[in-house]
Amino acid sequence: MRQDLTVQQMSEDDDRSPPLDLRCGAAPSINRARNCSGEAVSGSGSSTSSSIPASVPVTVTEYQSQYPDQVLEIVLENVLQFLTSRRDRNAASLVCKSWWRAEALTRSELFIGNCYAVSPDRARGRFRRVRSVVLKGKPRFADFNLMPPDWGAHFGPWVCVLANAYPWLEKVYLKRMSITDDDLALLAESFSGFKELTLVCCEGFGTCGLAFIASKCRQLRVLDLIETEVTDDEVDWISLFPEGETCLESLIFDCVDCAINFEALEKLVARSPFLRKLRLNRHVSIRQLYRLMVRAPQLTHLGTGKYGPSEVAQRQGDTEPDYIAAFAACKSLVCLSGFREITPDYLSAIYPVCANLTSLNFSYATITADQLKPVICNCHKLQIFWVGVPCVIDYQCFEEIWVLKLILAVIMQALDSICDEGLQAVAATCKELRELRVFPMNAQEDVEGPVSEVGLQAISEGCRKLQSILYFCQRMTNAAVIAMSSNCLELEVFRLCIMGRHRPDHATGEPMDEGFGAIVRNCRKLTRLAVSGLLTDRAFGYIGKYGKLIRTLSVAFAGDSDMGLKYVLEGCPKLQKLEIRDSPFGDAALRSGLHHYYNMRFLWMSSCRLTRQGCQEIAQAMPRLVVEVIRSDDEEETDNYVETLYMYRSLEGPRHDAPKFVTILR
Amino acid sequence: MAFERDLNLEATELRLGLPGTQESRSNKRSLPDMNIVDDQGHRSGSSRVISNASDATKSEEETTPPSKTQVVGWPPIRSYRKNSLQAKKSEAEASGIYVKVSMDGAPYLRKIHLNIYNDYPELLKALEDMFKFKVGEYSESEGYNGSEFVPTYEDKDGDWMLVGDVPWEMFITSCKRLRVMKGSEARGLGCAV
Repeated sequence: MRQDLTVQQMSEDDDRSPPLDLRCGAAPSINRARNCSGEAVSGSGSSTSSSIPASVPVTVTEYQSQYPDQVLEIVLENVLQFLTSRRDRNAASLVCKSWWRAEALTRSELFIGNCYAVSPDRARGRFRRVRSVVLKGKPRFADFNLMPPDWGAHFGPWVCVLANAYPWLEKVYLKRMSITDDDLALLAESFSGFKELTLVCCEGFGTCGLAFIASKCRQLRVLDLIETEVTDDEVDWISLFPEGETCLESLIFDCVDCAINFEALEKLVARSPFLRKLRLNRHVSIRQLYRLMVRAPQLTHLGTGKYGPSEVAQRQGDTEPDYIAAFAACKSLVCLSGFREITPDYLSAIYPVCANLTSLNFSYATITADQLKPVICNCHKLQIFWVGVPCVIDYQCFEEIWVLKLILAVIMQALDSICDEGLQAVAATCKELRELRVFPMNAQEDVEGPVSEVGLQAISEGCRKLQSILYFCQRMTNAAVIAMSSNCLELEVFRLCIMGRHRPDHATGEPMDEGFGAIVRNCRKLTRLAVSGLLTDRAFGYIGKYGKLIRTLSVAFAGDSDMGLKYVLEGCPKLQKLEIRDSPFGDAALRSGLHHYYNMRFLWMSSCRLTRQGCQEIAQAMPRLVVEVIRSDDEEETDNYVETLYMYRSLEGPRHDAPKFVTILR
Repeated sequence: MAFERDLNLEATELRLGLPGTQESRSNKRSLPDMNIVDDQGHRSGSSRVISNASDATKSEEETTPPSKTQVVGWPPIRSYRKNSLQAKKSEAEASGIYVKVSMDGAPYLRKIHLNIYNDYPELLKALEDMFKFKVGEYSESEGYNGSEFVPTYEDKDGDWMLVGDVPWEMFITSCKRLRVMKGSEARGLGCAV
């Protein structure tokens, strides 16, 4: 029972999660369990005081009571149907055993933030009527090749259990999971009413798997593949959707980098009257896009394919389609993306929709500020904007040819202002902007990038409602970051990536401590932070002191000593996900988080100063923590230092599918 | 400042040293405002640093200036995003079915996907439309007759052949690039112009 209670406590992942005290040797706590009629029933004493927080863990193994009042339980179940937020449900389930049971019966959306924290059987055992499952697998740093392939996060074991347990399952959302074609086949066959499949940052399957989904899921409404790797099995999956009218509302496959049968796609769109979201891959040309758009003017979200003419010249006599009219006909369009391999001449076609756009993703479009400005200046309602900025070639190679170096330095100055200029245009027009992401097109460290502190300053002054920012740059100043901290008080997510490692404030030469300090101090709603640049322990002191709501923190190449990590682990009570790389934090710092690790989803530390011994101590102190030491090769570590530590709370103990390069410490 | 992938920037890049040699560069930096990255400063025994491009398979980063040791996974851009921007280039290199088409006298190179054509007449028509010219009549013995433009291609062995000489299937697997020759040059390939 204690275990069952902690399942749900462990599936929480935010500020309402009560602190758990599961350290070995802690005195058993009072059991608050009571039945609905108000009588306290327990074997180990009771308390009627409501001042005891709901977080008290249950340690009593036997629960003795009369079976609760049937009517009240039925009423409760009906009431709980209306609770949709999982955090609310978690809280409700802690009231008493009866509420726990009712909640378990009525929870239809299952969220599992770490697929190894709980086993499929355990989840199935508690929740009987699930219609929707969210599963997350690998930690985020796996996206950047910091984790060897085949680490785990297999969907297979889950889909087997889900297939048996929940025949009425409708929705599956997977993030960073490893999925095979067979898994998708099983999924397609097992759930007759299956409606929505969303795969984000997944891999392991191909168009074969998609074929199963398309052909067998007759009620499919949503098939969204986002930044997922799909191998080309040369299967024409698009043709396999059922004949006749479909239920499709969303079809997102821009990441599926395989040629598709366009005729089949066109027919599919024509027979999908409910289609609202369509994101094409780069194998669809602009002419083909036109044909789709005229068939689906009701679209709200459109991702263009290749935004330019195909390689082959058109037959003589073919006139260019009226792209402007096609866009103008899409009166409901609010979200535009794609624009791969863009021919900027065609950009003017989107002018008719700009005024309605709330979301625009240009991050794959190589365009200049001058090409961007006429688009942006019409986007008054824009709330989400993603853009990529091209970086110029590295002129390091010219260092001996000083004349050229000089010329290029001048050009670079000009370019800086050009791209910051694009952001200035955004700042001037997009007053409703909530989310901004600025990516580098050419992600190298040494290159002089065309956005800098000027762009950030402009955005901070113009877009006061900004809630989320991801900003890659080559150089930054504390002043610009401080400006953002005082102008954008709604910030919840602040991710600044100064691509040159250990780069100080380029105007003053100081560390970037004060800038990030101002962010945590002034932005009272901040829940997610990523830091970069030259940072001392002082920065972490600020984070620990002021970052009381921070749930996710990403650190790279920062800090001086163990104190840095200590400040964070001791100071940030809401911390859930902590990912650190290449920072000088060692065993002592790791020990300082013992009081908190059960409240976290995971801790990742790679290329730090942890020893195997130090990690072992943690593993021994905390039996409910899985402590994985990951090597990059099969070879033994040459140093005493651990290359990668990945640890997470779990009810299941060490997993059985760990590959050779993972050692689980006990 | 559109990113011109078609321009072979690598070929035109200025380097020190003989063409074809891999340059070994030092880590020295002459610009004072670029900070000296000091990986030695914090003694992390297992800092995952790879040198030059030799471990390129580990890191998804594309060709990078070899003057600096590269760090795995930095900057933190998903390989999906990096690859998407490289997709066009790598497909051309990997599959080999994109071929460059040039015409003597025309300023721009084009690229076409050979597989979308089913036979020579389709291909020739496409070329004619692309470059606004007309080929002559083809005959096995005489080559192209009646026009000063002659379509030729370079095959896997590096030989320049007349388009149409070999069966279509053989052609699409062996063709590396196409060139529409003009005038006198074409005669060498057996054309009766």
